[in-house]
Amino acid sequence: MSAVDFGWLILAFPLAGSLIIAFGWRALPGRTAGVIGTTAIGLAFLCSVGAFVDLLDLPGEERQLVSSVYDYASAAGVDIQLNILVDPLSVLMCLVVSGVSTLIHLYSVAYMTSDEGFRRFFSYLNFFVFSMLLLILAGNFVLLTVGWAFVGFASYALISFWYRRGTATAAGMKAFVINVIGDVGLVLAAFLLFRELGTFNYLEVFEGAPEAFSPDDGTVIAICLLLCVGAFAKSAQLPLHTWLPDAMEGPTPVSALIHAATMVTAGVYLIARAHPLFELAPTAADIAAFVGVATLLFAATVALVVTDLKRIIAYSTMSQIGYMIAAVSIGAYSAGLFHLMTHAFFKALLFMAAGSVIAAMAGRQNIDGMSGFRRAMPFTSLVLIIGCLALAGFPGMSGFFSKDEIIGVAFERGGMYAWMGVAMYAAAFLTAFYSFRIGFRVVAGKPCEEAKELEEGHLAHGEHENPATGEREDTDVGFPGSEHHIAEREWPMKIPMGILAFLSVLGGAVQIPGVDAAIEHFLEGSFEDSALFHLVPSTENAWLGLGAGGLISILGIGLAYYCYVLRPGVTVRLAERLSGVHTFLINKWYFDELYDLLIYRPLIGIGRFANSVVERVLVNGLVSATVGVVRGVGGMVRGAQSGFIRAYALLLITGFAALGLYFLVVSA
Amino acid sequence: MDITWYLVLSALLFAIGAGGVLIRRSPLVILLCLELMLNAGNLALLAFARANGDQEGQIFALVVMVVAACEVVVGLGLIVAMFRRKLPLNVDDMRELRG
Repeated sequence: MSAVDFGWLILAFPLAGSLIIAFGWRALPGRTAGVIGTTAIGLAFLCSVGAFVDLLDLPGEERQLVSSVYDYASAAGVDIQLNILVDPLSVLMCLVVSGVSTLIHLYSVAYMTSDEGFRRFFSYLNFFVFSMLLLILAGNFVLLTVGWAFVGFASYALISFWYRRGTATAAGMKAFVINVIGDVGLVLAAFLLFRELGTFNYLEVFEGAPEAFSPDDGTVIAICLLLCVGAFAKSAQLPLHTWLPDAMEGPTPVSALIHAATMVTAGVYLIARAHPLFELAPTAADIAAFVGVATLLFAATVALVVTDLKRIIAYSTMSQIGYMIAAVSIGAYSAGLFHLMTHAFFKALLFMAAGSVIAAMAGRQNIDGMSGFRRAMPFTSLVLIIGCLALAGFPGMSGFFSKDEIIGVAFERGGMYAWMGVAMYAAAFLTAFYSFRIGFRVVAGKPCEEAKELEEGHLAHGEHENPATGEREDTDVGFPGSEHHIAEREWPMKIPMGILAFLSVLGGAVQIPGVDAAIEHFLEGSFEDSALFHLVPSTENAWLGLGAGGLISILGIGLAYYCYVLRPGVTVRLAERLSGVHTFLINKWYFDELYDLLIYRPLIGIGRFANSVVERVLVNGLVSATVGVVRGVGGMVRGAQSGFIRAYALLLITGFAALGLYFLVVSA
Repeated sequence: MDITWYLVLSALLFAIGAGGVLIRRSPLVILLCLELMLNAGNLALLAFARANGDQEGQIFALVVMVVAACEVVVGLGLIVAMFRRKLPLNVDDMRELRG
């Protein structure tokens, strides 16, 4: 089979899985739906591997394959096909997405077992994977938009999965609205491209763009900025980031899959995919890089103070995607996608470990209550620490190589980009600190009540409450069902976590400066027209950067060790002394309040005004005035309608008599 | 030919009919009075036709007769229906059209 056949199969399996579970859920007892879902995604992963192997057989410049099954619209100048583009970039993304998805599906089989919505969950999850793969494989901007909107919906459906929890449905709506803002940007960008180039197909667009636009042309900058709006909304970058922390209302596997490993990296993919346009519009690329760096710093500072375990990881995700966005915007394509891959491994791992810890805490997510799980949950503790090490960029771990490659390219380009590199190092220090804020507080210290109980073999069973508000809830909708599941007791959770931990440690080995550059070589086929792709620091400089990054990481971890293990409580005193800064950070830089003030309240105000003045006074006034006039005139004439037939007859006869008399008088 | 007396008779009949319509309460009598008015009109038409020496008035009188026959059919039908429903045969009691 050729690579494109595999491409179509990659799409077919998740869709089939989703439909089978959606329509056959009555006939699927127990964990069957989970098994079907996991198998479907596993098959998609195997097909991705098949496409990968097929592409490797082809010479580098022939690795862009397009296949079309159906002409959606073909008329006077418009030519929209249902086509997919199988090239190194999309295949790499497919491998990451379907691979991590398979593991998370397997994890969910155990984790969601006692949830009432088990089958609904897997149908949604398979639909999400289908949409994500459609987004990746789409061969034109129209199909890309379809996949883009589908993942937005899947994200909404899964954030609001526990639909009887008010905070969850509110978070789902928030995510959906912000994602739609991004969709609008993407659609407008596609329209502009079509107006200028007359086609939606990637390859034709990218081929025609250098001739149609002069570098830094206003139009191409507008197109790129509109693409950025889509990318920022989906990837939770400033200023469209506020939905991601709230999205943690969804089940933990959803956070791991959609809001850490795959969907939120769609923006990175989009910018990498549209790199010929961004290279024509350096201004737009610089803006995107700047936004990436700003998000990176912002999210890292917020992650220092947030106390909800999942929200810390969510801010960390935003921060790490900031690295990737900055990377693909400054031309570090292979580094950005390398980081995307390693991040998918260790962030999914962190979320899985967090899910296991939260289960042991009977659904509570506040890290202030967690400590000393190392004996109670040795396996979870181990993989959590591995995830934290990879996130912190500890020397030798996967995150170490991928993060520092981005920074290396930033320094290689020099000038303004070197300053971005400095900011990235600063954020790397914060990253190391907050990742071990999680690590040490969960693993180290005196065991908390729940950990002690678990050491004796009892899994804590608290009242089910909403982690965000503390309200009591029933188990129909609350934290996964009536029972909790931890990795130590469930092999379907243990295996994916083990695999991801392995990948988090060794995933960096595919691209070590001076040793190998597998990802860069593989991606060459997609970026052969790029001027910046081959811009990589020399091996000496790269290792210098790696050394600096490793040192910063160890310093950050050391500081965290000092603050949380040697001198627990020092952070509390610091927070008290710097209460202004702490309040500012814990309110997430007041972004939500700002939007509330700038957008929500004016809109509500306009709505109230429209209701009280336009609707009540103007429209209602007009209607009631008309009614009043008609009623008044009617009241005047209704007296004549006495109902006496003889009175009517008298009127008639008198009238005719008067008329006759008048004519007689006139004619006389 | 002098048609004065015919017209006088016609006017008299019409006045009697109109008076009947106005003062009587029984729908049946009102219907009869309406017939009287129509026939007064017919008489005038015939008289004018005779005076003019053509047939147009006569033809029109025939049309009026047809209309009168239709009107009687409907009117009597209504009266029978009222009677069957044991409604009072008194036009003053039927005031459902009051606004």
